[in-house]
Amino acid sequence: MPKEISERDKAYWATNLRLIIITICIWATVSYGFGILLRPLLMGIHIGGADMGFWFAQQGAIFTFLALIFFYSWRMNALDKEYGLEE
Amino acid sequence: MSQFAINMIFVLGSFVIYTWIAVWARAKSTREFYIAGGEVHPVMNGMATAADWLSAASFLSVAGLISVGYVNSSFVMGWTGGYVLLATLLAPYLRRFGTYTVPDFVGKRYDSKAARVVAVVCLIIISLTYVIGQMTGAGVAFARFLEVSADWGLILSAIVVFFYAVLGGMKGVTYTQVAQYVVLILAFTIPAIYLSLMMTGNFFPQAGFVGDHTASGMPLLHKLNQVVSDLGFQDYTQDVSNKWNMFLFTLTLMVGTAGLPHVIIRFFTVPNIQDARWSAGWALVFIALFYTTVPALAAMSRLNLIETVFPQGTDQPSLVYEERPEWFKNWEVTGLLTFNDKNNDGRIQFYNDGTLPTPDKTFDKAEERGWMGNELTVNNDIMVLAVPEIANMPPWLIGLMAAGAIAASLSTASGLLLAISSALSHDLLKNTLTPNITDKQEMLYARISMTVAIIVATWLGLNPPGFAAQTVALAFGIAASSIFPVLMMGIFFARINSRGAVAGMLAGSTFTIGYIFTYLGIFFIPGTNFLQNTPSEWIFGISPLSVGCIGAAINFTTAITVSLLTEKPSEEIQEMVRRVRYP
Repeated sequence: MPKEISERDKAYWATNLRLIIITICIWATVSYGFGILLRPLLMGIHIGGADMGFWFAQQGAIFTFLALIFFYSWRMNALDKEYGLEE
Repeated sequence: MSQFAINMIFVLGSFVIYTWIAVWARAKSTREFYIAGGEVHPVMNGMATAADWLSAASFLSVAGLISVGYVNSSFVMGWTGGYVLLATLLAPYLRRFGTYTVPDFVGKRYDSKAARVVAVVCLIIISLTYVIGQMTGAGVAFARFLEVSADWGLILSAIVVFFYAVLGGMKGVTYTQVAQYVVLILAFTIPAIYLSLMMTGNFFPQAGFVGDHTASGMPLLHKLNQVVSDLGFQDYTQDVSNKWNMFLFTLTLMVGTAGLPHVIIRFFTVPNIQDARWSAGWALVFIALFYTTVPALAAMSRLNLIETVFPQGTDQPSLVYEERPEWFKNWEVTGLLTFNDKNNDGRIQFYNDGTLPTPDKTFDKAEERGWMGNELTVNNDIMVLAVPEIANMPPWLIGLMAAGAIAASLSTASGLLLAISSALSHDLLKNTLTPNITDKQEMLYARISMTVAIIVATWLGLNPPGFAAQTVALAFGIAASSIFPVLMMGIFFARINSRGAVAGMLAGSTFTIGYIFTYLGIFFIPGTNFLQNTPSEWIFGISPLSVGCIGAAINFTTAITVSLLTEKPSEEIQEMVRRVRYP
């Protein structure tokens, strides 16, 4: 028989899903938002010799992706420890 | 010492290292053969993943693609952003589940041989399409740097891969990929640093990219916009009009990246789920080192090329052909640069005469200046290949570049071959056709499958079929529309059953392939397309290269609908999903 899914398990999974949603929202904002669709609105803002949309499309999105993965890993690994799920 | 001898030393030297690793990292069990024993350090795996990911095309051609301008930013975001999806939606859970291959997860989670076999077929189409480009890429790199014919270069590369992949399996592949990453990243970034110092005075190309152009004192990108615009080309940073398609294309590349089996299996090799998460981060660190350099190199190379042709500025007379620099002559021999003096003035005119793919602007002063058409054709690969000579770098760096281009091809090829061979021996033989074989026998089958895969890939590399040039359309389209959704639903939607999974994969991939064939021809045979491949004929403005994400949506919808209409997955399967989420 499968083990009952406890409240603890549910809380763990809900936290994970929340973290994923935050990560994916930022992921979409910097690439599809700043880098593509919102670029015309951001033309006035400059990062060095590039406009903000162009810079995000060719550099900034990648730096943000990196920060996102490390943030997610750090939070989730801490969560695993909190719930005693370390392997 | 001649340049040829130096290149030879670098390439053969790197081959000696790979072979040595092959002998050192022999696999002794199927666990070692398929997942390197599950003992790879997350940073090492990150490097190996980066080498797995950075292919022959990345090394030789991506900077050229990007140098067209802003419109191709999709590649930069698409080929990095997929790692966020991998890190949050797939890699950790698949590692926790603990399978050897991607179809293995599909087969177990959905408890279905049909689902497993469909996944194997998708995997083989994706990986075979992908590997042909790597084999021909290795051949091209050989031909460019070593005066060997491309065919012999390809065969020699296949022999080297045979050594470490057949002997060491994933273990051998992993540690050679680590070595290959070091070679390829040095070979790519050092020339970019030289060029950045030369043109902007910045050590970091990423800083030079947004910094000032030394010669004019203007921001580099403004200067570039100015010169390309002077010659009638589209502004480098010009926005695109079809944002919808750019959005879909980027999304397809990202979702496709996350669904590529040869990338996913790399995360099975780390010791635990925590390491799988870190490892995705490290992989992107090493990939970012490459992909943040690419746009800088692209912009600087493009500006440099124009400055070479117009040494006194774009409004002054252009370069006299007889006075062209040495590197220009070298690349003319290869046919990557060709000059045709249409107006017989002995000077090289390079401008947009309306025959280029971006004719929305053309150069209107041509007649006034006595120009009779563009006289210089440039293969974009030159944006990377010619940099060492343009920047007057020492000869050993050109040797390193030769080794780097070959390392980029071999590392990706071996990852792909491993994905193919493990799907054949573990999924098709051990888990479908001959379930009673022992670990020792399976290991033998794995080595035989690897040998067969190498022979097939070599043969296809020597006789590339029409679909070989369609890696982006086929591999990313199918990965996005079949593998990614079936894996993600397996983890996040407990209600999806085997019927839903099979129906979803079939619907997603059939739709995607159908749409691609509609515009690019059945099996890419010219003339068999039903509709013209032009934006006005595309349904809802969706290019056939961008359709993978629509296929993914169809896969999700079909799988959910079919699952809800049929029975719930068994208790054991629900327990399995529980275990993937929280052990």
